[in-house]
Amino acid sequence: MKKSLQERLAILSDAAKYDASCASSGTEKRDSVKSGGLGSTEGAGICHAYAPDGRCISLLKILLTNFCVFDCAYCINRSSSNVERARFTPDEVVWLTLEFYRRNYIEGLFLSSGIIRSPDHTMGEMVRVVRDLRTVHGFRGYIHLKSIPDAAPELIEEAGLYADRLSLNIELPTDAGIGRFAPEKRPDGIRRAMGDLRRKIEAAGEPTLRTKQRKRFVPGGQSTQMIVGADGADDATILKTSARLYGSYGLKRVYYSAFSPIPDASRALPLIKPPLVREHRLYQADWLYRFYGFGVDEITSATGGMLDLDMDPKLAWALANRARFPVDVNRAEREMLLRVPGMGTKTVTAILSSRRFRRLRLEDLARLGVSLRKVRAFIEAEGWTPRQLADRADLKTLFARKPEQLSLL
Amino acid sequence: MHTIPLLGRGDFSEWRDAARALAAAGISPREVDWRVNGSEELFEVAAPELPAPSATAPPLTVPPAFLPLAEAVVCHTEPGRFHLLYRLLWRLQSDKRLLELSADKDVAWARILAKNIHRDSHKMTAFVRFKEIPGEVEGRRRFFAWFEPSHFIVARTAPFFRRRFADMDWIIATPKGTASWDGESLIFDTRPGDNPGHGDPTDDLWRTYYASIFNPARLKLKAMQAEMPKKYWRHLPEADLIPELIANAEANVRAMAERAASDPPLFHYRLRENAPALPQIVPAGADTIDGLREEARRCQRCPLHCTATQTVFGEGPPDARIMMVGEQPGDQEDLAGRPFVGPAGKVFDAVLKEADIARNTLYLTNAVKHFKYEPRGKRRIHQKPDRNEIEHCRWWLAKEVELVKPKLIVALGATAVFALSGERKPLSQLRGKPITMQGDVVLYPTIHPSFLLRLPDEAERKRQHTLFIEDMQMVRHLSEMMAA
Repeated sequence: MKKSLQERLAILSDAAKYDASCASSGTEKRDSVKSGGLGSTEGAGICHAYAPDGRCISLLKILLTNFCVFDCAYCINRSSSNVERARFTPDEVVWLTLEFYRRNYIEGLFLSSGIIRSPDHTMGEMVRVVRDLRTVHGFRGYIHLKSIPDAAPELIEEAGLYADRLSLNIELPTDAGIGRFAPEKRPDGIRRAMGDLRRKIEAAGEPTLRTKQRKRFVPGGQSTQMIVGADGADDATILKTSARLYGSYGLKRVYYSAFSPIPDASRALPLIKPPLVREHRLYQADWLYRFYGFGVDEITSATGGMLDLDMDPKLAWALANRARFPVDVNRAEREMLLRVPGMGTKTVTAILSSRRFRRLRLEDLARLGVSLRKVRAFIEAEGWTPRQLADRADLKTLFARKPEQLSLL
Repeated sequence: MHTIPLLGRGDFSEWRDAARALAAAGISPREVDWRVNGSEELFEVAAPELPAPSATAPPLTVPPAFLPLAEAVVCHTEPGRFHLLYRLLWRLQSDKRLLELSADKDVAWARILAKNIHRDSHKMTAFVRFKEIPGEVEGRRRFFAWFEPSHFIVARTAPFFRRRFADMDWIIATPKGTASWDGESLIFDTRPGDNPGHGDPTDDLWRTYYASIFNPARLKLKAMQAEMPKKYWRHLPEADLIPELIANAEANVRAMAERAASDPPLFHYRLRENAPALPQIVPAGADTIDGLREEARRCQRCPLHCTATQTVFGEGPPDARIMMVGEQPGDQEDLAGRPFVGPAGKVFDAVLKEADIARNTLYLTNAVKHFKYEPRGKRRIHQKPDRNEIEHCRWWLAKEVELVKPKLIVALGATAVFALSGERKPLSQLRGKPITMQGDVVLYPTIHPSFLLRLPDEAERKRQHTLFIEDMQMVRHLSEMMAA
């Protein structure tokens, strides 16, 4: 008997939840005032709900189908799994997207799919959904489309005209890991597809000679995801791979997804609690690399390739490099202020702007929203020197998290 | 003391008008008693009695950043907001750069209030849930939403919904005012609205989605509640599922863990049987350039293949008389899969043109076929291939030479010279001196075109550019001589 729409929605969203990306930000601005249609994007994304797993729900994240000819060990939809299978028609996805959008549940659609028949067939079906949304229904909300490696260039080209973002998951940080757990995936093919997309995005960004207008092509850029904890790769390996992907293909984001047990899991993989803290630390390290001027080696070398789970990587770096502290907030350069644990990019900008007018005291920093408990040991301010605080042997314990009762699983 | 009663429901102009008059009359913040009279019942306040402007007061000016700040702060429910704004306005008259001083007490407080407003407004865009009212009117569908904001933000947030939901009629009712849109005008009413408690069958689908997208293996309740505070839950159709999802999470995960992997379904075996065999790796020893190129695509002789995008093999006529060998592909070559297409390639093309050599008569390749680099932020910094990598890749280069059989090989840069001849002397000693190699092939060493890009001194760059052109002219000359 054919499953109802509701039953299939349950299956195909369950199948999609292991993709961490849910961003709806960073695309062009557009609205429906002139067209009188439906949908807008305003730069910043909006999270319309949060699930108890702490993840934001911004997009209708579903698969067109969870049938798949691939057999990737970590994936709930691999061909050897006994999960229930289902498929949507393109029209059903269009209907769900528009009705959900009208009720303000979502910012748009994140459509992915298992590989059925051929890459071209699968990509073609997905492109049909977004083409209908944009051209038949005039939908101006956000669309994130998974691109299928090895799909025909024309299909990717067309997808890029309608989608705000395209993504392609590398899934594992090393080629060897991919070979072991995702035998049908070709890491070189994934890299080539990412490279092609970067070239297309850059080409579209060049103003044409005649009109000086830039072509609209994937304005939200491309992203990818890596699973953390399925294979044995350490944090340094993961972060180096990310750095390479950011540098090589202009990715907007690399998402890290703690490997979490899936129904009917493969015997090849650990059935443990997902390493959520590790995932969190990787995101922090990723931020330090992209926005704080840290090198990957700096962050990971002090701790032997793995990030410290008990403290954030910036604090760990500061404790390992105490000679660089205390930092004088009234004189230090931006680069060094950014390295003070507890100070973010906004705080640093506010400090640089405020100190032009007067010398800053600890109270001033508190008003800028800085947590004095975190920064006190590492800075000098007007009327404040940390004395021997930075030299204390037990400095680490001042920042340690409270012990927690572990659960049995 | 001047008592100024205001309605205080987010209307910026009432505060602005009063503040302007007070400041123009030279009345200091200490002499003003701002009152908020806009309680839920009372919607009329007597117009405040404002003083006459003083003739001596200088004209009122504020920096551009003050306006958006004040417009936001006015919407706050904080009773002291009008006083704070007037104090800022007053201080700004003598200290124009006050707002840049983020650490100032008044500035910091105003910023916090404004931040609350932006957050409240953002949460409204996130958590309003429209319910469809059955029956279209003049071909337009109708929707209603009930929302409870913390501050007086409905008027400032309503345009967002207009920009987004242009093709449907909607009403957003809140205790702090009601906004509505009918396709033509956006109307705002400051009076508290009513909640008739509409339902919508589509909510069930949304609840199904919410429950299914949740991953029970990763409970992070704090993260959820920080972003979706409980005060909003009452009017979110999905929120009453939360306690049950949490309660069953651990049991669900445990069950998942205990259910050992079952045997694969039948179609898995069918797929395995029908799967096309992976393309066979062509045995080494392909005897055409195209065959060699195909083989090199899967080269794993050194670890560079893991970090580069693809093998960048040589290209050009398979019987070219001249072969040019560079160092390794760069960023653009790595993405395009073709040699000499990046910035150095552009320089090279220009030089070839000046030397009157047609690029399409040359066989162009590199000593190392994969790009070696170090990521630095959004860019890739070129790294010299080491001896080991060159040695591994020499296998391909030797094959290319063997198949193309050029009469003349131009080595562009020291790496190419080393790869082709094993010679490690500095390039300055070798440049422009042809070396005769096995089989009467002539090797002509010169610089790599990227050398020209790296020279900081303009005059030196011009000189080297000219020298490079002369080298290429020499290459053409040599080639013509050898043909004759």
